Amino acid sequence: MARTLCKRIMVLALTLVSLVLLTHSVGYAEYGDVVINKYSDDAGIRPVVFPHWFHRVRYRCKVCHADLGFKFKAGGNDINMLKIINGEYCGACHNGEIAWSVDNCDLCHSAKPKTPTQVHESTMQKLIRPTGAPK
Amino acid sequence: MIRSKFLTSLALTLGVAGLFLSGIPTRDASAADPNAFNRLMQPPSKRNPPPASDGIHDPSSVGTKALQTPREAFAKFPEGISGNYVDWVKAFDSKKIAPRFDRKDPNAKPVIMDLTIVRQVKGSMPDVVFPHKQHTELLDCSNCHPAIFVPQKGANQMSMASMLLGESCGVCHGTVAFPISECRRCHAQAKDKATKTSGAKKPTAK
Repeated sequence: MARTLCKRIMVLALTLVSLVLLTHSVGYAEYGDVVINKYSDDAGIRPVVFPHWFHRVRYRCKVCHADLGFKFKAGGNDINMLKIINGEYCGACHNGEIAWSVDNCDLCHSAKPKTPTQVHESTMQKLIRPTGAPK
Repeated sequence: MIRSKFLTSLALTLGVAGLFLSGIPTRDASAADPNAFNRLMQPPSKRNPPPASDGIHDPSSVGTKALQTPREAFAKFPEGISGNYVDWVKAFDSKKIAPRFDRKDPNAKPVIMDLTIVRQVKGSMPDVVFPHKQHTELLDCSNCHPAIFVPQKGANQMSMASMLLGESCGVCHGTVAFPISECRRCHAQAKDKATKTSGAKKPTAK
């Protein structure tokens, strides 16, 4: 009896500690990380995080922004999975040949649920609002 | 009974102590000292964190754990002063990065336009030097012209305020390219004193 109570209290204390740890974490994601949440939340999947830094090491801006037609605006491109599997947008490379294919859902759909569409760390975002990611 | 009470109080004490202490290591010094220096600044130790602790990735997602930590990727790149804290132009020029120009062909080469434009600015700041060279290394003409900049001298009104709001240069500079807080990278050319004062103090013809 006493053991169970004790265990419960320990669990409660640990939960509280981890809660505090979580709420204290600050959004320090990379400059230029784009969160895309046009359809994700509604579709019940995590929003997408696109890391500019990772891609710019491998490709010049022009490849995506001219050849593939990505507009210079977070949320300004009407991207969906059908287009991607048909080889448009991300699917031009994420096809299992140039880069890993779309069945790795979690690698892109990796943002905290309910995180709004944004360019993380952008000047606009710093002026107006924090990440908006739920704690 | 006594033992259970002791354990209960021990657990509570540990919990409370944990609560108190947990705030310190996750925050910078500001949490401990309200009058610490740089209260609102991101401490260098917090830069380029692993995705799981960066605030926007979901640490409970399996995919998040597979993603690369930027700090690891940036280790050998020249340091910058803001943004990703990488000087991307230097990294490119010194071939620390060799980004492809074509999706499939690793040998495709861009057509470089080596035309530098100097824009005289109204205020006291040095004039702006815009190098087409660095921009055409990475971008296609159609990325900027004609939607963002009309390719015609004097046709483009721009201001720092509009850039802050993400227009003109601010489309990229402030989202992915070096932010406009790195003033001197554009405001690079000292104003010519003669031209600056020519309007106001014209020598009178005798």
